[in-house]
Amino acid sequence: MMPIFAMSVDPWILAFSSVTVVVTIWMGFRSARTSKTASDFFVAGRSVSVGWNASAISGEYLSAASFMGIAGMVMSSGYDALWYPVCYACGYLFLLLFIAGPLRRFGAYTIPDFAEGRFDSPAFRKIAVCFVLFIGFFYTMPQMKGAGTTLAYIFPGLPYWAGVGLVGAVITLNVALGGMKGITLVQAVQYWAKMFAISVPIFVLMAVYGHYGKQLEANGGNVQHPTYNIPLSTNASNAALDVERSPLPEKAPKDETWLSPFGPLTTKAAKAAKLSAEEAKPYSLLYTYSLIIALVCGTAGLPHILVRFYTNPDGVAAKRTTMWVMILIGIFYVFPPVFGVMGRNLFPELYNGIGSKGTDKIVLELPRLLNENYAPIGSILSGITCAGAFAAFMSTFSGLLVSMTGAMAHDVYGRMLRPKSTPEQRMKMFKIFAIVIGGVAMLLGSQVEALEINFMVGQAFAIAAASYFPLLFMAVWWRKLTMKGAATGMLTGGLSAVFAISLSSFSTLAATPGKTGDMFAMFKPLNDFWPHYPLLRILCDQPAIWAVPLAIGLMIIVSKLTSKDVPSDIRMKMLVLHAPEKLGLKQEYIQEHQAGGH
Amino acid sequence: MTKQSPENKPDIHSEEFLHSLMRKQLKLSIACALSFFIVLLGLPLANYFWPDLLAMRVWGFTLTWFVLGIGFFPAVWCIAFYFIKRSIALEDEEVAEVQSDHTPKP
Repeated sequence: MMPIFAMSVDPWILAFSSVTVVVTIWMGFRSARTSKTASDFFVAGRSVSVGWNASAISGEYLSAASFMGIAGMVMSSGYDALWYPVCYACGYLFLLLFIAGPLRRFGAYTIPDFAEGRFDSPAFRKIAVCFVLFIGFFYTMPQMKGAGTTLAYIFPGLPYWAGVGLVGAVITLNVALGGMKGITLVQAVQYWAKMFAISVPIFVLMAVYGHYGKQLEANGGNVQHPTYNIPLSTNASNAALDVERSPLPEKAPKDETWLSPFGPLTTKAAKAAKLSAEEAKPYSLLYTYSLIIALVCGTAGLPHILVRFYTNPDGVAAKRTTMWVMILIGIFYVFPPVFGVMGRNLFPELYNGIGSKGTDKIVLELPRLLNENYAPIGSILSGITCAGAFAAFMSTFSGLLVSMTGAMAHDVYGRMLRPKSTPEQRMKMFKIFAIVIGGVAMLLGSQVEALEINFMVGQAFAIAAASYFPLLFMAVWWRKLTMKGAATGMLTGGLSAVFAISLSSFSTLAATPGKTGDMFAMFKPLNDFWPHYPLLRILCDQPAIWAVPLAIGLMIIVSKLTSKDVPSDIRMKMLVLHAPEKLGLKQEYIQEHQAGGH
Repeated sequence: MTKQSPENKPDIHSEEFLHSLMRKQLKLSIACALSFFIVLLGLPLANYFWPDLLAMRVWGFTLTWFVLGIGFFPAVWCIAFYFIKRSIALEDEEVAEVQSDHTPKP
């Protein structure tokens, strides 16, 4: 290490981050010794208690987007970004209401397992597997951005891609050696680490700089209330005096637009088209709804979350787990926006940063302000948030890697390529695939520095919403769904969402200066095209509003056309999906299936 | 469910049983989902039509910020809690119903 380089590293921050990494790896290795069989690897032996499992699901779910991205986006875009944490949490409710119970009763290791079992079609498994990879890769990119951003913060001067490579390599190794049994424990511990890391610094910061409401009040103290003539302005200006506020740079959105709904995030396309504020409003509403649909439905289709429902011993436990998950993540999601709000008041310099130097690192950097008066508390708290960020992207990346690798080893290799392979061979392939997939994820992650973490996660949700969600929802509740219908709907919906999202992201990347911009130069003309068609831009940015109905509609139409292909034992399948587990229909179904099938 | 006499079997396997089972479950899910959607999809509409009302200040927050940033989570927990309680009860009812049907009458 160069001396200047080492000089600028804050020892507290380095210490906290290293401890997190070392403990994570140590726990992985330790539990690797206790997980021996292949099924241990895939679903943790199916016997994890409600408390552990809820913490583990939450730990896996709270990714870099939740920990860093929300705060960064609230800071950069204001009110509209609040939809992300709310819908990340609400999506769970949707999952609970319509999908969790039936899927759990059906009992299969993965979504491809469910797809095959529900339609008796090994071919459909192959189609379903692709989306584990699509969604997985789209979801790993923001995690990698989180990793690169954090390392670039800890080691000033370290290039973004080096951080991505370093963190990616560590986690990939950990997953290749540990498997999911280790991961369950690690994830559960990491939830509590993240909760601690996001809440403690916020309480200290609020104690010093003024609480959440006050910080918000300092924004837009001059909001006018023509209809409700409440003497707010006096209150607000008093509060504004209490809260110290650094001057906002040119690039930052104005108070009024930042604080109110339909702000910079949702009006970007309309603004580019030079529409007036009134004209832009319907576009913003459309954007908001599409975002809500993507996030709420997308949660139900995240492969790495669903697989954990199978680690509950029974359906009642699965439901209780979901309840706890919602409580755990709900409490968590109150905190990140506070960072965004305080960041706007206290650290507006970040508005001028781009890529890994932008608002996405506010969570890491903000506590350091305390060093002015209370050194070294600022460094310690910043170390804690860095540790939380490590926990966030490491846990989510491991979870994704396990489910993507599981899909490859269990489905592609174990079922398609070599059905007769021994458990040892599959274990070996699990390790090889972990390394290959980890490598690809790092490569992709190194390209997305210019995109906001939260935005990218939202896009992964949109793909899940347009592919897996319709499949699961319709397969569980509509018995006349045929394999062809499901496949057509899922493929068309999912792929068109992937296409739309890629178009919009590529054009954003093309507009960034430097190497990335050159790489995506062929998409530059799109940036001249969007201002003329703001509606298209919104529909590409947030495709859920058309892609989800498209997928469901196609499923219905094609299923009607191929109605003779409805599996003959559909009534039995539906019973297994819906009848209480205590009735023991699952066993009966397996017996019948074995008797009839071979 | 250790003992099931064969002549009673068609009962659980009948079309009616499956229908009522799915109907009951779907009704509960949809009822909960509706209450959730009214809040979730209603807020953007409220923002659209009554921006001034929702810009009212509550403890320094704007009303809409307070609802979305903090108030939403407890509301979702309530719906989830109600759903879980009802759906576990529903399952128990179903099991009890089937089992009572199946006990041979003296």
